[in-house]
Amino acid sequence: MADASRAHPLAGRKVANSAVTLTPAEPAARLSLRARPDGIAALSKALGVKLPAAPKTSATSKSGARVALWLGPDEWLVIDTGGGDPAADCAKATALHSAVDISHRNTAIMVEGKGAEATLSAGCPQDLSRAVFPVGACSRTILGKIEVVVWRTGETAFRVECWRSFSTYAFDFLEEAARDAAIAA
Amino acid sequence: MLLIHCPYCEEDRPELEFRNAGEAHIARPENIAEISDEEFAQFFFIRSNPKGLIYERWRHIHGCARFFNAVRDSVSDKFLMTYKAGEKRPAVKAGEKA
Repeated sequence: MADASRAHPLAGRKVANSAVTLTPAEPAARLSLRARPDGIAALSKALGVKLPAAPKTSATSKSGARVALWLGPDEWLVIDTGGGDPAADCAKATALHSAVDISHRNTAIMVEGKGAEATLSAGCPQDLSRAVFPVGACSRTILGKIEVVVWRTGETAFRVECWRSFSTYAFDFLEEAARDAAIAA
Repeated sequence: MLLIHCPYCEEDRPELEFRNAGEAHIARPENIAEISDEEFAQFFFIRSNPKGLIYERWRHIHGCARFFNAVRDSVSDKFLMTYKAGEKRPAVKAGEKA
């Protein structure tokens, strides 16, 4: 039998300069969740996260290991970094919903440091300043030529979720942008 | 870059996140199997293409992914207003004309 092992698409890659660090995120469980308004309460209970209803907002579970990002009026991205299984938790809810496990479709890059905003702004057309994109804000948007989900995890920290097959492009793009951010800082 | 107001995200977003989806308020005939070829062609191919105010469907494809409708001026490219899919065609006053 061949040994089937799963390789991280960005294994071994890391960028750290005076303004920003780029780190490939650890593998996590992810869920693309769609539900109608009448199912939100039941799904929130099953997941242990109150699914946010306001655009561009996110909600974190009590333990902090699970987060629900608002992507659309009936669409959320649930990320679990604590080893939980959000798909199994959703299955407990009887409310009508669609939950697709996309743990291995996505990967993420952590962009941190005082130049994080400038780094992302090199390829993201959205205003990422703290006034309109505060901590906890999240949005599906564009980075260069690809679609990403940007989530502000801290004052100077972002998590950039992108498709696995696009991740080398995303990392290369951010690496170059990080170099510029270091010069500008 | 144009900023387009997404009625679902409730804010102005950069045009790169959007995709045009053709003319708005075109209802698919309910008896599609019975209509004549001419009627089908009218529904399927013929668009009004006016110079001036145009009602269009847009999709916030790289954002909330929702379809919505917009009133745009085809001369100036200015968006006059956007509204959610399914809402009635709003009357746009001449004074608002870009």
